[in-house]
Amino acid sequence: MTSVSAPTRAPRPAARRGRVDRRGWLFVAPFLVVFALVFLAPVAYAVWLSLFREQVFFGGTAFVGPANYVAVLRDAKFWESFLRMSLFLVVQVPVMLALALAAALAIDSARLHAAGFFRIVIFLPYAVPGVVAALMWGFLYGDDFGLAADLNGLLGREVVRPLSGDWVLASIGNVVTWEFVGYNMLILYSALKVVPADLYEAAAIDGAGAWRTIRSVKLPALRGALVVATIFSIIGSFQLFNEPNILRSLAPNAISTSYTPNMYAYNLSFGGQQYNYSATVAIVMGVITAVIAYVVQLRGTRKGA
Amino acid sequence: MAVYLVYALVPLAWLLISATKTQRALLGTPGLAFGDTFALFDNIAATFTHDGGIFLRWLGNTLLYVVVGAGGATALATAAGYGLAKYRFRGRRAVFAVLLGAVAVPGTALAVPTFLLFSELELTNTPWAVIIPSLVSPFGLYLIWTYAAEAVPDELVEAARIDGAGEVRIFFTVTLRLLVPGIVTVALFAVVSTWNNYFLPLIMLSEPDWYPLTVGLNQWSARAFGVGAQPIYHLVITGSVLTVVPLVAAFLLLQRFWQSGLAAGSVKR
Repeated sequence: MTSVSAPTRAPRPAARRGRVDRRGWLFVAPFLVVFALVFLAPVAYAVWLSLFREQVFFGGTAFVGPANYVAVLRDAKFWESFLRMSLFLVVQVPVMLALALAAALAIDSARLHAAGFFRIVIFLPYAVPGVVAALMWGFLYGDDFGLAADLNGLLGREVVRPLSGDWVLASIGNVVTWEFVGYNMLILYSALKVVPADLYEAAAIDGAGAWRTIRSVKLPALRGALVVATIFSIIGSFQLFNEPNILRSLAPNAISTSYTPNMYAYNLSFGGQQYNYSATVAIVMGVITAVIAYVVQLRGTRKGA
Repeated sequence: MAVYLVYALVPLAWLLISATKTQRALLGTPGLAFGDTFALFDNIAATFTHDGGIFLRWLGNTLLYVVVGAGGATALATAAGYGLAKYRFRGRRAVFAVLLGAVAVPGTALAVPTFLLFSELELTNTPWAVIIPSLVSPFGLYLIWTYAAEAVPDELVEAARIDGAGEVRIFFTVTLRLLVPGIVTVALFAVVSTWNNYFLPLIMLSEPDWYPLTVGLNQWSARAFGVGAQPIYHLVITGSVLTVVPLVAAFLLLQRFWQSGLAAGSVKR
């Protein structure tokens, strides 16, 4: 959503421009009140918390200013989880978006029969709760009744071990990809649907083939939607929690309590009662994510625009 | 394309097939083969009666969170989206900027601070702790905003005003009807996100009696793997199926509405 400009494009009749219509607040205010309670207040509270530190010996908290931030920036565990998620992002997000793009283009090029069926089947995994998806794939990965075990049995030796330390990040990536390709496909597909028909006609008259049409008409039309999907995916990657946290009960040695930044923040709070430090981790992660999302948006909307 | 369909469907097929197996068949037969007895109904019965019928309670909780949370989110987003699309008022741009920031700042990174704040307010471990945060859907607001800009003609609103209708009355009698596809879309996505919500209730709730299905299921699963394991795999699997089915049904039933709502209101420039 972030890349799209405010819908101010509807032209206003000159007579009404400049007239301030306060009645709009009537509709917007209820949303804003709740918004303030669940977005703005926690942010402010987190910033406040991050300036204090629990006193080990005396109890209570003491004001420490930026000390928590310095500690996070020097925290090896934090950076380890951050780099792990960066690696995850660099591999998983392009794979997922490429699959979604291919699916959207395939369904849109009316050549595919039963496009509606394909669309809904590919979308189905999104309707599966992340928890169920992670549990399910956890079973599939496992030795007891997993397809991984069946596959190994078929091949006669242990070829795939999805829950081992070397593989587990890829296994999580697979779960996330499975869940979200359909959702991204839908975003891209609905952007394709609003491409005006005369553009295709013009391309056809110019003698453009299917590939040429994709390159010159469809991809440019998709840029905005792709930027949006990318930003959501980046935010999602940096927030990753459910899948690794659930798979952790299957692979406690491969997935640590600080496997992702979000798991780290969670376990600091609920495992270690280190609320102030945890709030600081959350803020640092939030700022990094927002900056990266912003940069992607700037680059994405500037390119060739 | 066909390969992708297999990839999308095989895990779901596995889940469905597994739900028909007894615990022993689960461990003894290949993943995608049926067991010798068809135990689906026994499994469903066992899921609902295990642990004093807590699964039913979780289902009820989930429904409560969905009805109040997703319903409220849809109502707030609809009113606000319409307000932003159809009224020029001071501070409109500021509202937009703040919302944009909220979408860019990770929501779940805020979960821990939200928990701390709510625990100060003594709201944790009550249904409110799950419901209140799910009342806000910036995505829904955005969708309605773009949708209303196109679907509600200014002339119609103006005509109703000339007829002497108040702003609230115009909203309820004229606008709502025009926004239906947009509202269905927003509602469906809000339902999915509350139905699937895991992180927030996990943090906010410590009483199993208030758990939604997602948190409850994972607790069952963790118990099946943890120390002193209580092997109830078949219940986890059947419970998972029961958690998925209502959403899939909703998507299939409403697909014409939500897909048109998305196409008309989404990422168009």
